[in-house]
Amino acid sequence: MLEKLKDFGAARLIILAFLMLLIFFAYVAEMQLTQLAGDSLARVARNGVLVLALLPGVRGGIGLNFGLPLGILCGLMGMIVSMEYDWTGAGGFFGALGLAVFLATIAGWLYGKLLNKVKGQEMMVGTYVGFAFVSLMCIFWLVLPFRNYQLIWAIGGKGLRTTSSLQGYYLNILDNFLSFKIGPIAIPTGSLLFFALCCFVVSLFFRTRTGMAIAAAGGNETFARASGVNPQKTRVQATMISTILAAIGILVYNQSFGFVQVYNAPLLMAFPVIACLLIGGASVNQASIFHVVFGAIVFQTILTVALPVASEFISGDLSETARIIISNGIILYALTGIKKK
Amino acid sequence: MKGLKSRLHPSEWIVPFIFITLCVIGVVYSNRPLPFIINNIIERLGRNAFLVTALIIPVIAGIGLNFSIVIGAMAAQMALIFIVDWGIGGGSGIALALALSTVPAVIFGYLMGRLFNRAQGREMVTGLITGFFANGIYQLIFLFGAGTVFAIHTKTMLLTRGENADGTPNLMGVRNTVDLSHVQYALDDFLKWGSFRALEAKTGITIPLFTFVLVAAACAFVVYFTRTKLGQEMKAMGHNLHVAQVSGINVRRNRIIATVISTVMAAWGQIIFLQNMGTINTYSSHEQVGMFAIAALLVSGATVSRATIWNALFGTLLFHTLFLTSPLAGNTLFGEAQLGEYFRVFVAYGVIAVALALHAWKGKRKHA
Repeated sequence: MLEKLKDFGAARLIILAFLMLLIFFAYVAEMQLTQLAGDSLARVARNGVLVLALLPGVRGGIGLNFGLPLGILCGLMGMIVSMEYDWTGAGGFFGALGLAVFLATIAGWLYGKLLNKVKGQEMMVGTYVGFAFVSLMCIFWLVLPFRNYQLIWAIGGKGLRTTSSLQGYYLNILDNFLSFKIGPIAIPTGSLLFFALCCFVVSLFFRTRTGMAIAAAGGNETFARASGVNPQKTRVQATMISTILAAIGILVYNQSFGFVQVYNAPLLMAFPVIACLLIGGASVNQASIFHVVFGAIVFQTILTVALPVASEFISGDLSETARIIISNGIILYALTGIKKK
Repeated sequence: MKGLKSRLHPSEWIVPFIFITLCVIGVVYSNRPLPFIINNIIERLGRNAFLVTALIIPVIAGIGLNFSIVIGAMAAQMALIFIVDWGIGGGSGIALALALSTVPAVIFGYLMGRLFNRAQGREMVTGLITGFFANGIYQLIFLFGAGTVFAIHTKTMLLTRGENADGTPNLMGVRNTVDLSHVQYALDDFLKWGSFRALEAKTGITIPLFTFVLVAAACAFVVYFTRTKLGQEMKAMGHNLHVAQVSGINVRRNRIIATVISTVMAAWGQIIFLQNMGTINTYSSHEQVGMFAIAALLVSGATVSRATIWNALFGTLLFHTLFLTSPLAGNTLFGEAQLGEYFRVFVAYGVIAVALALHAWKGKRKHA
């Protein structure tokens, strides 16, 4: 038991204790706990696929995919193009999804090739490749000839707005699918089902021949090579899947969030997502579906509960500060606590 | 030492060459008179160069680009916030801030150095994340601690958050900007004598004389330091950490020392930067420090494992020329200043990404 606790790590215990404390405070302050639970559930459904996107990277040996913004940008591009051409409803959503997956496949392939060349420094290179592409895309969001007046600045008539509403396109399309109410809480059934489906597909994939080869090369490259697996190839595959899932993830996120945010919005998106996975118990070289789900639940619940609790006891938005400290704290913990091989 | 042939290899000069080209395009299409550009570049060179020199020693010691210099910048801002609160202005205010910032900078540098030792081989990503993490702690201290846990006497520096039960305003947290007008140009204008000022007025070019003296001192220190025994040990560590360790160099201790020096220099550099700017953006002035300083160093052709004071000076000059002229040229060429602003940010991130990738690539080939 003690060994297990040790494996779980002090940082995670502190975070769990913090969550308990928050819930306790929320209870004392007589807040609507069911309402908070509902909000938390909605956020888990919203973020789940993005967190899942990290799993193939960790399994495949590229570590935490700090280059997540690449996939996110592909997803955003898919959405913006679908909206430009007024694709609405389920067709619009899946049209955007198809386009996003197509772009992410190409981006992921190139990114995977790059990561092969910078082995050992994937995280740092990934971070800055992500940053560079977010800022490169800023230029494109400004100059690409989009014409839909719902998307571009009203004044001047060119350049995308920083934020566009999904109202009238595919707002909450997954959230509302088969949605039902338990008391005051609306369950985002579609998003949850979609997240579950993605988890299922990913775990199924890692049972296929290709998936097992990816995991084998990620676990022990020499051994994998000896058994006829080409680690160069499997690492590219892992990166591609991660990038594709990130593109899908941002679509799920945005349909629930209600807005598409471009320009600098994706810049720091990888960090809280990575924090989710790590809080769930994953490390730089080990992750499971359980870590994804558990981490998403714990971290998103903290973020949900922290805001009302903090504003109850002190004025000011402590939750944003708490988010920065927790998410970067856990990443730091993971980076410095890696056992030497 | 490197021979002429290897110095002429394209990989040695291609990065600065691209940047010189971009700078020339920027200056030409900025549509501004040359004195305007020269003045601005001199000012930017003065306020940024010290921060860039802070990066050199960790590079020499093989730690790589010290992304955690933001923590030094935070130490500087802490000190400045307090001297403003105490109402100490002018040269004495800056002198006190320099002294005061050194204490937390040494402590942070020491802790950072220990962290780097724990995360050997991943120093850069660790430094980057620590910078983000420290930013959270810094927010906690100044957004929620100021006026509650520790006192800020100047009430106008604090944010008003509703009212207390007795009707007095509830003050908590330092405002988003802190006015440094009492210490502005305290270093830039220090020691300027009459005829020098007359010359400045005549030519229309302002020179932050004492700031340049400080930058020169920093460069001299770095050069001197690399020639000391400790500096030579660090050079050996930069070449091959393992060999250095085997030959009896106290690698872990030296890495901590390098980080401390870098952090303290970053703190001083940030004070120089802010006394020129004249305001602190309490919650954002420090955030971009690491990225800008590192990008500036790299555009000169420096790498993750090789940097000199000339890289720092030349790089700062190039990077800030581009930074100044990019929005102006964007306006002239495309009628869109915003385009130039996005472009310069892309260049900053891009050059870091390329440098990191090239370093990892070469490192991999060396080991293979």
